[in-house]
Amino acid sequence: MDMVYLDNSATTKTDEKVVKEMLPYLSENYGNPSSIYKIGRENRKAIEEARQKVANALNCEENEIYFTAGGSESNNTVIRGIAYAYKEKGNHIITSKIEHPAVLETCKQLEKEGFDVTYLGVDENGFIRLEELEKAIKETTILISIMFANNEIGTIEPIKEIGEIAKKHKVFFHTDAVQAVGSLRIDVKDLGIDSLSLSAHKFYGPKGVGAFYIRKGVKFDKFIQGGHQEKNKRAGTENVAGIVGLGKAIELAYEDFDKKTEKIKQLRDYYVEQVEKRIPYIKINGDKQKRLPGNSNISFRFIEGESLLLNLDLKGICASSGSACTSGSLDPSHVLLAIGLPHEIAHGSLRISIGKRNTKEEIDYVIENLVEIVERLRNMSPLWEEFIEEEHKKEWNIQKK
Amino acid sequence: MGRIYRGGAQKRMEYSEKVVEHYTNPRNVGKIENASGIGEVGNPVCGDIMKMFIKVENNRIVDVKFKTFGCGAAIATSSISTEMIKGKTLEEALALKNTDVVNSLGGLPPIKLHCSVLAEEAIHEAIADYYRKEGKLTEEEIKEKCSLKKHSCEHCKE
Repeated sequence: MDMVYLDNSATTKTDEKVVKEMLPYLSENYGNPSSIYKIGRENRKAIEEARQKVANALNCEENEIYFTAGGSESNNTVIRGIAYAYKEKGNHIITSKIEHPAVLETCKQLEKEGFDVTYLGVDENGFIRLEELEKAIKETTILISIMFANNEIGTIEPIKEIGEIAKKHKVFFHTDAVQAVGSLRIDVKDLGIDSLSLSAHKFYGPKGVGAFYIRKGVKFDKFIQGGHQEKNKRAGTENVAGIVGLGKAIELAYEDFDKKTEKIKQLRDYYVEQVEKRIPYIKINGDKQKRLPGNSNISFRFIEGESLLLNLDLKGICASSGSACTSGSLDPSHVLLAIGLPHEIAHGSLRISIGKRNTKEEIDYVIENLVEIVERLRNMSPLWEEFIEEEHKKEWNIQKK
Repeated sequence: MGRIYRGGAQKRMEYSEKVVEHYTNPRNVGKIENASGIGEVGNPVCGDIMKMFIKVENNRIVDVKFKTFGCGAAIATSSISTEMIKGKTLEEALALKNTDVVNSLGGLPPIKLHCSVLAEEAIHEAIADYYRKEGKLTEEEIKEKCSLKKHSCEHCKE
């Protein structure tokens, strides 16, 4: 096989239908949407149609949707925007330790600017504890920001319950749904979400474009200063092609949704089942039930994730790891540490994220190679050697008794 | 791939062809039964451990094997350094610097340079172990000769 792409949580291949829809806006439809003449007006219309598609997918009004340059910008805008708009009311924000850096770093920056942030821990499956959340709320709390589903371990947080707690205490609830949109059905009204971030390239749309939903009536400060685009909330001439692509992608994502999701989930379950059956000494990370359909995160004890990825790459397999060596620091993934994994086990984790194009043949190919690579790396690992020697000693002791 | 590391020019994680070649086909993997010396360095917490086994005859390293838990760079540095010390006298092996290992590999990304330090330390520890077993030198002399340092990665200090 040339390539098996199992890193759909990192990004996805843009759908051909999306590309086709975008192309005219990269050439003949070049008008500035703010212009009054025909090619400008038509592009304005294209943007508003895309906005309507996003609103339909999330069950909100189209005037509650704002386009941005991606998930990170959406998270920055909403968190900072709400924090500053309500700073007279309070300066306390609650988030979790397993958020994406776009949220964590924004919160850290706000701390430097005088805000007070609580970072909730999570249990061994990656769930925040609702009673802890409620206890953390104080007079000064203005915002709760908890991700919809975790990008590494796939765990889906109790969003509706968080929404209820937020409402009860009159605190805004923002959710980073970058991994969830397109993979899970989301009804912002039903779930009590006040704001939500999404990114097009996670659901077969183009890179460099995202959006956020923010409930009508929730104030937020403008993040990018300049012109009056996006109801004077996000300056800059609109990325028309990107926005059109996002609209098409979100529409496609929820077409035939149950069938696609079921297929992805079955492939994921098959992968996990095969790994469990054929490779000993592993740990499955994240909740078994409440997780993203295509996500699997498994730690292979006694080996290190980067060398695993490199060997998979040699076989044309694209996946991802929580090892320090892939994060550019000495520490393994903050998410794996937050769920209580010891460093040495966190280093040996492998995340695969299955998408709509993957097949059973591909999974079989991955399994065959994975079994062989893990065995080879273990045979090279001093930790494995020590472990096996210990096991032998134990067996001897049992036999002697 | 294939870029040469020149003093920080290579900022990304790209590996040279030589590194790829070594983690793809590592040389001298395994252990030596009744080794003359064994050196183990690193820490599972940091994500890399190297264990070096040497067989010494007439002051010369006649065989060397390694086991490594770690990233591609850790495996490649272990592999190439075993090649570089095989057949060498103990003094020659002790003179091998981590920079020699890096150069032989056609460079390493900056954040992976510590892997080459680990390889150098593993060789020194294995030779020190040999001297200890031999029993001719005092611990002070061994430390001096093998320039043993305490492993000093930021993380292990904590």
